[in-house]
Amino acid sequence: MIKVEKLKKSFGANEVLKDINVTIQQQEVVVVIGPSGSGKSTFLRCLNLLETITAGHVSIEGVDITDKQTDINKIRAEVGMVFQQFNLFPHKTVLENIMLSPLKVKKITEDKARETALSLLKKVGLEDKANAYPDSLSGGQKQRVAIARALAMEPKIMLFDEPTSALDPEMVGEVLEVMKQLAKEGMTMVVVTHEMGFAREVGDRVLFMDGGYIVEENVPQELFDNPQHERTQAFLSKVL
Amino acid sequence: MDFRFDLIVDYAPLFLKGTLYTIGISLVGILLGTILGLLIGLGKMMQNKLLAFPFNLYIAFFRGTPFFVQIFIIHFGVIPAILGTTNGLAAGILALSLNSAAYIAEIFRAGIQSIDRGQMEAARSLGMNHIQAMRYVILPQAFKRMIPPLGNEFIVLLKESSLTALIAVPELMYWGRAFQGQYYKVWEPYLTAALIYFILTLTLSYLLSRLEKRLATE
Repeated sequence: MIKVEKLKKSFGANEVLKDINVTIQQQEVVVVIGPSGSGKSTFLRCLNLLETITAGHVSIEGVDITDKQTDINKIRAEVGMVFQQFNLFPHKTVLENIMLSPLKVKKITEDKARETALSLLKKVGLEDKANAYPDSLSGGQKQRVAIARALAMEPKIMLFDEPTSALDPEMVGEVLEVMKQLAKEGMTMVVVTHEMGFAREVGDRVLFMDGGYIVEENVPQELFDNPQHERTQAFLSKVL
Repeated sequence: MDFRFDLIVDYAPLFLKGTLYTIGISLVGILLGTILGLLIGLGKMMQNKLLAFPFNLYIAFFRGTPFFVQIFIIHFGVIPAILGTTNGLAAGILALSLNSAAYIAEIFRAGIQSIDRGQMEAARSLGMNHIQAMRYVILPQAFKRMIPPLGNEFIVLLKESSLTALIAVPELMYWGRAFQGQYYKVWEPYLTAALIYFILTLTLSYLLSRLEKRLATE
């Protein structure tokens, strides 16, 4: 479903991703862990071209997104993204946040968009907040709205960029719960996180990144309990 | 000092006419300056430095030279080159628009760049193209932040419109000068003009603060 080959990304002279090769299957939940500065967020942002790719190829469902001929807006509409800082639109209500892109990009009718938005809000447990503005929500509520907003485009893949890192500890659970539900429904997910419990419980595969490479990848059980690489061991001994 | 109110009353219709001209050219100046300023501001923000250069040059020129000089260049140079003959009203409006556009461009640029980068990224990640993201996400938020500096610029423009009296635009200050010439009086015409300008700028700033409050509570 997602195929990454020889991906490189540099910011000026600083080479953040050096040689990334990975294939992600449909319905797979891949969790990316690693120390800060290892390139994991940059890797995620390359998957929907929020970062321009320096070299290599990324294809999604067989379409090479690095090809100049590819309509990136169409790809992005099928790849949802959830950010660490939520990035809700503060001038729009919760409902409007969710409806905006389906209305303007997919050009569905207002009634249909509203219906979808309300059912998604119900799914994330926030139907009573439909007419609230983002500023009046807690961090956990904001992130659940952000997830609903991404889902409203009916994406085939969801990318999560440290979705719980900006949350107060007591709100982490409610966001992870929504993500677990999503994984259970068979959504293809790539999750950058520091939540090792989530990685172990929900992940089908864990990638450990360091220094711009995927140093080690394995099923969670194996990677956490029996890490092969010394850098993985060093990292896990600090966070577990 | 013998202050002649009766002369002011005599001149009232001309002051009124001048005031309407002042309001008229200021409004047109604000309108054209805002449209032009948005385009120039967007031009200046282009990634390609070569393409952005003319817009930078435009802003540098209009901010770096006196408005009075610009009026004369436009009145005696630009308008005759276009129309064959000069026209004070057209030159006045053009000068006000071009001058304020430079300042408004910078206000737009600052407003847009003050919006968090994550807003653009979120909009693009939802499949919106750059124009949609600007129109539905960035500009509505930036606009709110632009109102105070824009209000300032509008007030400056209203006051600077008085300089167009020097190229015979029959606005408020033009009639003030005519009054002085006719009666050899100083205090009556200029205090009257000052009072009217003061009322106009107060009204404008009142309207703008109303707008600001309304948008803030939305």
